[in-house]
Amino acid sequence: MSQTTIEQEAPQAPPTKRQRQAARIAEAASGSIRWMLLKILLLAIVDAIALYAAFVLVTHQEWLVLGVVLVVAVLVNWIYFSRRRIAAKYLTPGVIFLILFQVFTLLYTGYIGFTNYGTGHNGSKDQAISSLMASAQERVEDSPTYPVTVVERLGTLGLLVTDPDDGEASVGTNDQPLQDAPDATVEGGRAVAVDGWTTLSFAQVISRSSDIEKISVPFSDDPNDGAIRTPDGQNGYLYVSTLQYDAAADTMTDTRTGTVYSDTGVGAFTAENGDQLLPGWQITVGLDNFVRAVTDSSIRGPLISVTLWTFVFALISVASTFFLGLLLALVFNNTRMRFRNGYRILLILPYAFPAFLSALVWAGMMNESFGFINQVVFGGASIPWLTDPTLAKVSVLIVNLWLGFPYMFLVCMGALQGIPDDVNEAAAMDGANPWQIFRRIKLPLLLVTVAPLLISSFAFNFNNFNLIYMLTGGGPRFTDVSIPVGHTDILISMVYKVAFTGQTRDYGLASAFTILIFIVVAVISIVSFRKTKALEELN
Amino acid sequence: MKVNKRSIAAFGAITVLTSLALAGCAGGSSDDKSSDAGAKSGKLTVWVDAERVDALSGAAKAYEKKTGVEVDIVGKDVDTIKDDFIQQVPTGKGPDITMGAHDWLGELSTNGVVAPIELGDSSKDYLPVALQASTYDGTTYMLPYAVENIAVLRNTDIVKDPATSFDDMIAKGKAAGLAQPFVVEQGKDGNPYHLYPFQTAFGAPVFGTDDEGSYDPTDLQLGSDGGFEFANWLSAQGKAGTLNTDIDGEIAKQQFIDGKAAFWLTGPWNVGAAKDAGINLAIDQIPSPTSEVASPFAGVKGFFVSSESKNKVAANDFLVNYIGTEDVQLELFKAGNILPALTAAADTAASDPIIAGFQKVGADAVPMPAIPAMGAVWEFWGVAEAAIINGADPKATWQKLVDDVTAAIK
Repeated sequence: MSQTTIEQEAPQAPPTKRQRQAARIAEAASGSIRWMLLKILLLAIVDAIALYAAFVLVTHQEWLVLGVVLVVAVLVNWIYFSRRRIAAKYLTPGVIFLILFQVFTLLYTGYIGFTNYGTGHNGSKDQAISSLMASAQERVEDSPTYPVTVVERLGTLGLLVTDPDDGEASVGTNDQPLQDAPDATVEGGRAVAVDGWTTLSFAQVISRSSDIEKISVPFSDDPNDGAIRTPDGQNGYLYVSTLQYDAAADTMTDTRTGTVYSDTGVGAFTAENGDQLLPGWQITVGLDNFVRAVTDSSIRGPLISVTLWTFVFALISVASTFFLGLLLALVFNNTRMRFRNGYRILLILPYAFPAFLSALVWAGMMNESFGFINQVVFGGASIPWLTDPTLAKVSVLIVNLWLGFPYMFLVCMGALQGIPDDVNEAAAMDGANPWQIFRRIKLPLLLVTVAPLLISSFAFNFNNFNLIYMLTGGGPRFTDVSIPVGHTDILISMVYKVAFTGQTRDYGLASAFTILIFIVVAVISIVSFRKTKALEELN
Repeated sequence: MKVNKRSIAAFGAITVLTSLALAGCAGGSSDDKSSDAGAKSGKLTVWVDAERVDALSGAAKAYEKKTGVEVDIVGKDVDTIKDDFIQQVPTGKGPDITMGAHDWLGELSTNGVVAPIELGDSSKDYLPVALQASTYDGTTYMLPYAVENIAVLRNTDIVKDPATSFDDMIAKGKAAGLAQPFVVEQGKDGNPYHLYPFQTAFGAPVFGTDDEGSYDPTDLQLGSDGGFEFANWLSAQGKAGTLNTDIDGEIAKQQFIDGKAAFWLTGPWNVGAAKDAGINLAIDQIPSPTSEVASPFAGVKGFFVSSESKNKVAANDFLVNYIGTEDVQLELFKAGNILPALTAAADTAASDPIIAGFQKVGADAVPMPAIPAMGAVWEFWGVAEAAIINGADPKATWQKLVDDVTAAIK
């Protein structure tokens, strides 16, 4: 290059568009070609997976999900190939996570809360109809087993049936009742082929499973004689149907009693007297679940005492664990203490144990006649730790204290170390005693850091299902209500029992309850966080 | 280029997850291959509890060789298999066949997730109790493979002879110097399954039966006179300490293994533990507190066909004509040590004296009701019994139980 060209460019003229483009490419190239390659590789993997997912989704005709996958894939490519959108590059993964695991779950729970989803209302109406029709097939009493062969003519499937008594063969289809087929080939007592029909091989029978299921060859012109069906393609049985579906009127008729069941909009075929045919199907029921949650007489009674206990449990748990944790943190923060680290490790142990396991161990230790506590600590006394209503509540609180204080201890420890020593010194110089220093200086400073954690701890304990379920199972049971709820049940364990125990599940009601609990926790948290803002201003 | 490498990596991982999850939602898992049977003869997906995967995989391979139908055995957690089945079948994702217990039947059929099964002429080859248990509302839904019931395990080193009655059992144990001769699994919420033989001895089944021998939910027998006699007996046993709600399954096992108890009312699933502890066992009839026979519940295990299966023909063929054979039933017996449901296989298995003992007790067993109304009974039954054992007034508590159950069934 010559000297002159450099001199010509030296004056700081604004770069032309092409120059800027060139500079950008240069920058990108020089920046790090390896990262560029890595980026392309990762995006390629992502796109490949998205493509695979799209392919699978197309075969399953899941158009909505397919749309979402495609939009996300395109968006992601656009964001990461773009030169700007730095913010988006950081936010996208988080936002995808948020939508997938939080927003979707939340909306879905909300949606279920407005449906009758539960036992007996599990699928779609079509499934309910086909299931009802299938179970309404009743084998004609004392009818024999007919060896059958599946045959086909002009695309219509039929059955070649051998009468087990006289060995005579006959053939028929859905529309054509059985007709004698005297010229059939018989092998080992089973007619296997007949002129004019193609015999299906076993593999063909299996691969046309759903067609075989639909074959129902009338035994004679009289429909009351029933029809031959074959569940396994080899043996046929004579069935009569006890239900008849009228697609036009959308009704089910019981052929024995003549009762007509129609779709009255409650998610099941219902007779005039209110009898329902189950399975029914899933429908949206509006606010019914919410109304039931607060008005159902069997739920309303215990709901009040359970709600009260939930608040008591959560508040005492937070307070007791916090104060024990704080006390220990203050003690171990004292530099004159020897073997501090050893003690600290010991204190953290309960926290390192899985909580549900600890609860189980405690339940064993609190057993009235065989437990460690009564046997060893109280010398064989029989104290009903988990079976007396009051003691059971105390036990729950004690165990939760044991489980929860290490966390508070850790938190307070950290917060205490964040308070500068000169604050203490200044206070001491002013003549404050240790209690005053703690009360007026350390605690307020501590609360600024710890208060949000106390709120989240409250929310956690409000829904501390593990502990209750593993320790007492909610027991001892209330004796005066007719749902299986007990003295130590908190809202979430009560929801579990109402909705999931026994053989009737009610996911709709459970979701409605969950939404109500969510609202309670959310309101408390919002109010509390507002309050803690005031604390910060104090700083 | 100012793209942070970590953000790329994170984003990559997340998108992978997202697409997989979304594809998973739509059913991109292997289960689905069963539904698009094309040129191949088809494929069956079978859910079994994890312990029996090995026992079935031999049968699955043999079946594949014979018919060309691929059988995919998937091990599932026993505790979640029923709920997963109920939830997945309506979405079309579930298996073609699942292993399960007969008392699921009410729930499965109310949810419309099981298809009827036709045992045909082979039905008479099964133990009557197994066949009865597989039938719900007049329709057979399950291919049974094993029958399970409780019996009394006796430590022959402590007590030589079987007890003739409940009181005799306690007396024999006390004579041998035991403080707690008899243990049975209870717990703070009771355990009515294990107490049921005593209840039947007082002539108080849970439900009466209709003409066809099916349980009739409208005929609650809990509240019969026998029920109240049984409640009184429970109260007396609670006071005497022969029944104790503090004894849960683990404690009962420990007491028996330690030789602190000579009699243990439990099922075949605990025989292994007792044998491993080196205890000489005998299996006895359940000693009755009355002159009547003490009949335990029989639980029957079997296979269900999904109502949404796209391969019902193959599924029926696999179950009825293959799992229903003596060889396969014996194979399954070896994996679980529970009495096979097929009579021929059961007789072969009974060459083992322990199995023979359970089989003998099982002759008196009644199938556990599978009707949905039973769910309501379970919810209150154990707690009421536990309360009576712990000293609550037997008459009032039992009456409350009857009232609660009646209200819940209505």
